[in-house]
Amino acid sequence: MSVKLNALFSDSYIDISQYRDQHFKGNRHDQEKLLKQSCTLYVGNLSFYTTEEQVYDLFSKSGDVKRIVIGLDKIKKTACGFCFVEYYTRTDAENAMRFINGTRLDDRIIRTDWDAGFKEGRQYGRGKSGGQVRDEYRQDYDPARGGYGKLAQLQRTSDVQHKF
Amino acid sequence: MSRRRHSDENDGGQPHKRRRTSEPIEIEDRLESLICRVGEKSTSSLESNLEGLAGVLEADLPNYKNKILRILCAVARLLPEKLTVYTTLVGLLNARNYNFGGEFVEAMIRQLKETLKSNLYSEAVYLVRFLSDLVNCHVIAAPSMVAMFENFVSVTQEEEIPQVRSDWYVYAVLSCLPWVGKELYEKKDVEMDRLLNQIDGYLKRRQKVHVPMLQVWTAEKPHPQEEFLDCLWAQVQKLKKDRWQERHILRPYIAFDSVLCEALQHNLPPFTPPAHSDEALYPMPRVVFRMFDYTDAPEGPVMPGSHSVERFVIEENLHCIIKSHWRERKTCAAQLLSYPGKNKIPLNYHIVEVIFGELFQLPSPPHIDVMYTALLIELCKLQPGSLPQVVIGMRFETEQTSILFSLFRFISWFSHHLSNFQFRWSWDDWADCLTVDLEKPKPKFVREVLEKCMRLSYHQRIVDIVPPSFSALIPAEPQYHYKYGDESSLPGYAVAIAVGNAIKNRASNEEILTTLKELPNPNQEEDDDEGDGFNPLKIDVFLQTLLHLAAKSFSHSFSALAKFHEVLKTLTESDEGKLHILRVVYEAWRNHPQMISVLVDKMIRTQIVDCAAVANWIFSPDMAHDFTRFYVWEILHSTIRKMNKHVQKIQKELEEAKDKLEKQQHKKVWKDEDEDGQLEEQIERLQEKVESAQSEQKNLFLVIFQRFIMILTEHLVRCETGSVDINTCWYKNCIERLQQIFLMHHVTIQQYMGTLENLLFTAELDHHILAVYQQFCALQL
Repeated sequence: MSVKLNALFSDSYIDISQYRDQHFKGNRHDQEKLLKQSCTLYVGNLSFYTTEEQVYDLFSKSGDVKRIVIGLDKIKKTACGFCFVEYYTRTDAENAMRFINGTRLDDRIIRTDWDAGFKEGRQYGRGKSGGQVRDEYRQDYDPARGGYGKLAQLQRTSDVQHKF
Repeated sequence: MSRRRHSDENDGGQPHKRRRTSEPIEIEDRLESLICRVGEKSTSSLESNLEGLAGVLEADLPNYKNKILRILCAVARLLPEKLTVYTTLVGLLNARNYNFGGEFVEAMIRQLKETLKSNLYSEAVYLVRFLSDLVNCHVIAAPSMVAMFENFVSVTQEEEIPQVRSDWYVYAVLSCLPWVGKELYEKKDVEMDRLLNQIDGYLKRRQKVHVPMLQVWTAEKPHPQEEFLDCLWAQVQKLKKDRWQERHILRPYIAFDSVLCEALQHNLPPFTPPAHSDEALYPMPRVVFRMFDYTDAPEGPVMPGSHSVERFVIEENLHCIIKSHWRERKTCAAQLLSYPGKNKIPLNYHIVEVIFGELFQLPSPPHIDVMYTALLIELCKLQPGSLPQVVIGMRFETEQTSILFSLFRFISWFSHHLSNFQFRWSWDDWADCLTVDLEKPKPKFVREVLEKCMRLSYHQRIVDIVPPSFSALIPAEPQYHYKYGDESSLPGYAVAIAVGNAIKNRASNEEILTTLKELPNPNQEEDDDEGDGFNPLKIDVFLQTLLHLAAKSFSHSFSALAKFHEVLKTLTESDEGKLHILRVVYEAWRNHPQMISVLVDKMIRTQIVDCAAVANWIFSPDMAHDFTRFYVWEILHSTIRKMNKHVQKIQKELEEAKDKLEKQQHKKVWKDEDEDGQLEEQIERLQEKVESAQSEQKNLFLVIFQRFIMILTEHLVRCETGSVDINTCWYKNCIERLQQIFLMHHVTIQQYMGTLENLLFTAELDHHILAVYQQFCALQL
């Protein structure tokens, strides 16, 4: 009786993405296996000013949150716009992927993705300047993420210097 | 279908790869895809698509008959919103191949029996409806359908059955009549009249004690909250009065009438409803949620009246669409907005009403709450400005009559929704609540909304978004309250400083305990030998200082609790210790309810306090001031949920161990006593663990209900002696809280009904309180 009807009940919001952590210790297959069972989500595009409390409140809407790790600038040790949210159950994490991913926190559209699991050290940005890589190269001005991208900031400073 | 929709980077969802080979598996997939997708938006008409598909399937019958049968049975069960599309398809196939039609009907009956056995009652309704619509397609002979309905209705004559059983069978019959009432009346009007009379008699004598517990609003105006069977009966009666003329349902088979009426019909085999068993879990009764009527939607098409059958059909179909697509919010929104026949109805209003109906459904919504928020956001994106926001706001103005449960869910939804739209709202519309006492429902409601909004943002944001006149309603700034800050005159001040320094210097748990030894015990007259008994001053000094140092964030506080877990466990060994630690947390963080919540959660999980302590704390006099605030109830429900999950977890471990043992015993050629013995020991230990956990769970509910009874009785007695009306805001709040406990945890509570009835909900209880218990019992009668 129970025909599955694959054409029908697509659940694409919980699929794993193309992103693979380059620093992951293990092969692609291991990483994918972990991603498919994970209860931990990476959350990106946060404002630098978004607090742990806000993340807790929002992500608690899909289930009990076990732990939140706020991403930090490696040098300044201040929030740099991402975090990890770990749930007690996979189901709760899936519901976050379905219903919280792509909605707003602190007026910004946030993005969630499966994570293979938090390990010490992964809370730090991997950009050269200490924050996230994406903030190294972006050209736009984002007041909630330190203004211009780091490279653009350097260019601007050198422009200013040349003026004098 | 859904594969095409998620190309947007931001929102997740991946396009699937398309396969291009054509092996048998692929052909089966293609058949599935063709069948599932018929009726979707297409360049050709629905009729020509159906005709084409019927041809393809007929040609594939020799090789793929079983697969096609299975797919069609599945869509009948899982895609009820496309009912008439598929019945037409089956009609066309039957016209071309009589045997196939017969086999399909048999397969459907088999499937119906299985769904009933598996307690899948909503799917069973869809199957019965499908069969009934097959009468319209000349696949099933009308008299045999009437006979099945007669068998269903005869369940009302069974003795000693739960009312929910006969309810379901009556509902199944009534809910088919919009589709097939006309045809059945034309062929068998005498029998149908008899049937409807029987149903009428049943509906008049059935119990409706449960209704007050399921209503969203208490007032009859503006929208009466009707019991679901009563509403459907009124709708069917009106349909009958209109001579079964129904114009809303899309009926593709009409276009094929000339072909279909040539087909030979099949008779349904006689169907006896399966007997009642203890394992049967019939659906709970419902109340129909209404927030709009024909006076709303001033521009455009008129909303069908509450007793029109169109209303029923539209709502059914919208519920089915959500049921099919809830996992993918973009698809769901698109499917809702492309509802066929949408130009003749105020579709947006229907959608909003159906969504809120589900969100407020008692005991719980069919899907997780946050899904509805995400869905409404998608709908707003697709139809900006037409989500009747103003209307929503208006409806909930009448919170004097709003039941707490739905108010709670509304506030959760509303604050989350606003946070996605920069908190833009016409706050001034609610300015009238500023002139009344802040404890009245309306200002309380606004305060709770603002508190929830603050959790998703921050204090200054809330100050900025509301007019200055609202400042009395803005929540307090979530600051820590350190009592030993400047108060050098307080007992324990010196030790508080010492403890603070010790913590900063990374003292060990032992060193902290030694430092605390200096503190006298205000509770004791003679010193006990080691001063290890309950000492409220020690708890106060230590925890206040610790939490003060860790006040920066949740993570800091959690680390602090973890680091000094030993100290905390020592200080709170007794029940009084556990109660006191909760008091200290509340005192210190009373302006930051969210922090209190997460700390209580952590302390339960790390066994510093137990669930019963939290329950006792919530009902204690210290918490009387905050008793009616929502955060307190969030904490209580979260505590009960943790207890329930804990029991379930151990039960699962026990089941797994038992399974393992069974498998082991089957596999062995000769018995390995050691391994079996080990496993048996483990099972015994788990069994004990389960029993102890269940006992703790039962005790938790006993504590909670006992305390409710105590405070409610106190209130009732006080009012009686003072000749005052019992119906104060506080009383209404409290009674509804009690109902909430029953409803939210009904599955668990049902296990302990015997004890509850013997110990607590006895006949001596005040009838106001007993009524709540009786209403709850009536839900599964």
